Amino acid sequence: MTLRSTASWLLGLLLAGAALAQELAPDVLVKNVTTDVIELIARDKEIRTGDRARLIEVIEAKVLPHFSFQSMTALAMGQSWNKATPEQKKRLIEEFKTLLVRTYASALAAYSEQRIDYRPLRARPTDTDVTVQVRVIQSGAQPVPIDYSMEKTPDGWKVYDVMVGGVSLVANYRTEFNHTVREAGVEGLIKNMRAKNRSLDKK
Amino acid sequence: MTRFGILMMALLLGGCATTDGADPRDPFEGFNRGVYRFNEVVDEAVARPVATAYRDVVHSEIRDRVRNFFANIGDVFIGANNVLQGKFFEGFEDFARVTFNSTLGLFGIHDVASEMGIEKHNEDFGQTFGRWGIGEGPYLVLPILGSSSVRDGVGTALDYYTDPLGEVHSVRLRNSLGLLRLVGVRADLLEASRILEQAALDKYVFQRDAYFQRRRSLVYDGRAPRERYDDDAPVNR
Repeated sequence: MTLRSTASWLLGLLLAGAALAQELAPDVLVKNVTTDVIELIARDKEIRTGDRARLIEVIEAKVLPHFSFQSMTALAMGQSWNKATPEQKKRLIEEFKTLLVRTYASALAAYSEQRIDYRPLRARPTDTDVTVQVRVIQSGAQPVPIDYSMEKTPDGWKVYDVMVGGVSLVANYRTEFNHTVREAGVEGLIKNMRAKNRSLDKK
Repeated sequence: MTRFGILMMALLLGGCATTDGADPRDPFEGFNRGVYRFNEVVDEAVARPVATAYRDVVHSEIRDRVRNFFANIGDVFIGANNVLQGKFFEGFEDFARVTFNSTLGLFGIHDVASEMGIEKHNEDFGQTFGRWGIGEGPYLVLPILGSSSVRDGVGTALDYYTDPLGEVHSVRLRNSLGLLRLVGVRADLLEASRILEQAALDKYVFQRDAYFQRRRSLVYDGRAPRERYDDDAPVNR
């Protein structure tokens, strides 16, 4: 094999790998991403010494692409979602995304080498909406279940809700969001979220 | 139970004003928010600093041992609740855990049962009442203890009444153990409260909703049927 043909063969393999990655089964995807992120954090000195900006960078690169923030925002808004204009929806998704990424960063920062147990996926191959179950094992306490609700999209499986210990993140925002929309309208909610995100920037 | 519930409600109603547009599950919101603020002050001034010091000074290995020790005592009571709920197999597992952990695990400081694959459960009287079909009742914020409900508040009172730690005769030892357990619990929650701080637009509301979801999940042992949201009408994502 010449050097050039080896190179193109390698390139072909890489591309095939990229295409394959989109077809990854949801449970494999969760496992790969989790393992990747944990390893990255363990190796990254800046993150271990509390560099939040760096941690958020990692999340944005590694985790974000596998979340459907549009679905998450719509589900968290419930009925109020239809009250928003397309332009407001865009801003809502943006602010909610920022909020969730930071929350995720806090959760990850709290991680300290607990064992993670990946449960076998119970789904039919034709399913387009599945729950991937993971459990965090800790000594002297009941394992904490983390359930990822995932939907199949043209760009692979995407997470649209995370349940920790039976608490759905998306559902937990619903009361608050609906209440704010009733009191202050969709604009009021966007303003609230932006203020929250800004206040966290300063910290 | 009902009589006690009514009494409690009457007591609470005396001290609170209803707020507009309130959550139907939280008719005492005004009162609850007052207790919540009080708890936050106490937490900031005492509980959090002590728990943080405990976490920073005591090595995590030791903290694990302390947690395991109290968890082992708790398993006796968790087993009793499983039996009360008719979950005899789980109850049997809890007693097996206590047996292994108290002996091989040296008075419970090592959770050998978990390593053997006998997992810890999470039960209390509030969950037992839930299993028996008693609803949560209105949301309640208890002083110091935080989120609860009328049902779980009664449960918590019973939890304390039957607490194995109460069997310790020396008052000084009992108090020290109780305090150590509390500090450990708060220390384990340090990260959770930081995440709450980060996630919530209104901490009170966020915590309340999480409480109801969590308790519902616990009553069903993590297999709660998916909830239907009444305001979840057709949404075009």
